[in-house]
Amino acid sequence: MSEQSPIVHVRELTKIFKVPEREPGLRAAAKSLVRRKTRDVRAVDAISFDIGSGEVVGFLGPNGAGKTTTLKMLSGLLYPTGGEAHVLGHVPSRREREYLRRMTMVMGNRNQLQWDLPALDSFELNRAIYRLRRDDYLAMRDELIDLLDVGDLVRKPVRNLSLGERMKVEIVGSLLHRPQVLFLDEPTIGLDVTMQKRIRSFVAEYNRRHGATVLLTSHYMADVEALCKRVIVIHHGRLLFDGALASLADEFAAYKTIGVVLENGAAPLDAYGEVIHRDGDRVTLRVPKVETSRVAARLLSELQVLDLTIEEPPIEDVIELVFAQSR
Amino acid sequence: MSAQTAPLTEEGRFRSLFDFYTTMVRTAIAAQLQYRVAQYFYMLGMIAEPVIYLVVWSTIARQHGGAVNGITAGQFAAYYIVWTLVRNMNIVFGAPFWEWRIREGRLAGDLLRPLNILHYDLAFFAGWKFVVVGLWIPIAIGLSAVFHPDLHPSALEIVVFIVAIWGAYFVRTMFQATIGMLNFWTTRGAAIFDLYMATEMLLSGRLVPLRLMPGWVQTLADFLPFKWTFGFPIESLVANMSTRSLLLGLGAQVMWTAIGYVLFRFAWRAAIKRFSAVGA
Repeated sequence: MSEQSPIVHVRELTKIFKVPEREPGLRAAAKSLVRRKTRDVRAVDAISFDIGSGEVVGFLGPNGAGKTTTLKMLSGLLYPTGGEAHVLGHVPSRREREYLRRMTMVMGNRNQLQWDLPALDSFELNRAIYRLRRDDYLAMRDELIDLLDVGDLVRKPVRNLSLGERMKVEIVGSLLHRPQVLFLDEPTIGLDVTMQKRIRSFVAEYNRRHGATVLLTSHYMADVEALCKRVIVIHHGRLLFDGALASLADEFAAYKTIGVVLENGAAPLDAYGEVIHRDGDRVTLRVPKVETSRVAARLLSELQVLDLTIEEPPIEDVIELVFAQSR
Repeated sequence: MSAQTAPLTEEGRFRSLFDFYTTMVRTAIAAQLQYRVAQYFYMLGMIAEPVIYLVVWSTIARQHGGAVNGITAGQFAAYYIVWTLVRNMNIVFGAPFWEWRIREGRLAGDLLRPLNILHYDLAFFAGWKFVVVGLWIPIAIGLSAVFHPDLHPSALEIVVFIVAIWGAYFVRTMFQATIGMLNFWTTRGAAIFDLYMATEMLLSGRLVPLRLMPGWVQTLADFLPFKWTFGFPIESLVANMSTRSLLLGLGAQVMWTAIGYVLFRFAWRAAIKRFSAVGA
């Protein structure tokens, strides 16, 4: 693998699941004894992308879009039906030992630690599984414990930890072998805001320290905005967008929002755009993107404006627009 | 963003494997010790089966002038008390648990690890055995006090027995894992598993010592794996077998372990391609 080669290389990757299907009722049940009907579900439909070394990429899509299926193919859990995938120069579905030692996949809400024992026991087991030298293991373990601030949690049985605490020690366990590629599938799901922020800053720090490549799925846009300069959006298994997060709104959102603070908050503004929020003297307008400058100029010249800001629509709204346009 | 750091250095293969087994055994012991009382009740529940067999056969032996097919009540007692240890030793990660492993998403986690999944199961249950054998000793003493076993093993028989109970563990692990692969094709693998278990009951020496079965059944049992997981380890200690028979028995265990492993590898390669990891 050359210096310039992408760390993750995906071409026309496809996964089709065969799903059994039958009508309700006794007759259909009897018929299915002789002839089983199945339907092909294209969970991932010929997607292609490359991810370079050290990139943190957000992988977005609604439930059932094919995000997790893609991550599972990239981590070697699933065999692709078609296309090709290479990660770190390996074909993931071969599940070569050398590959598994260099990557990790963290699945939110999935516990891989020994339930009845303190997390330190599970870490020790992972040391043996990944054949780590003891001094390397101890250094990495202590670094991760320090970064996630879980020093007082790792001696408690895992079953006694809260969801957020468990997720943090789960992440420590998954990274002890210092993987170079991280597939993070909803790592902050179900966590409170403080815990989400902690995990976000940890992922950013791990990426900074070790130059790891990260592919992250999350339904929390705050995760994506904080970590990812680039996003890949898929829906119904098809790739809809691959590019800078900042350009997502340019491409898909046909409007911007203008926030104004007026001296007379009661002034009618319907002639300038769609009023989407009003709070005393503060008003938020939605205006077509091409008219933003003109409307802003009119507001400034025709009304007593104390403050005016022009913003892209919230990323959640943009993503919703992307999905809506793909239907 | 910094430059990508190199992966951590890997220890040597064999040293690491030994390290993994010892670490896993320690972990399994620690996990089992969390539920000492539950373990004991499990053990007590498990001896119900051999005690029933023992009472029935001892009664029949007494009614037939002290022996059935040359097996005395004391020899029945020896057989079924050793049975309790062998049964504990040949408990493995059973075929039905593969369904649990897939359904609960545990398999996905196991597959992400750079380790043959059989090592994981073998090492975990090996550790579990250290706990149950410790708990078995007082139960065996109690059963001996009640049923007076006729047991006089030689040093060789004791050595062969110790090897054979681990051989039984390996043979059973391989075949249970192979049957467990059915769960990748059907969610109703339990029916086939039940058939397998019924065959094992009859042809392994679990239900009845094989010496009490018709000749053709004994011959059939010689050519199937079941006997080497139950009857052979027990009889290596209680039945005064010749040195040749003892060594042939160990050889048969090695052979069936190898056959089971090849079958597992074949089934595993096909099964893992079908793994859908849905919800996992």
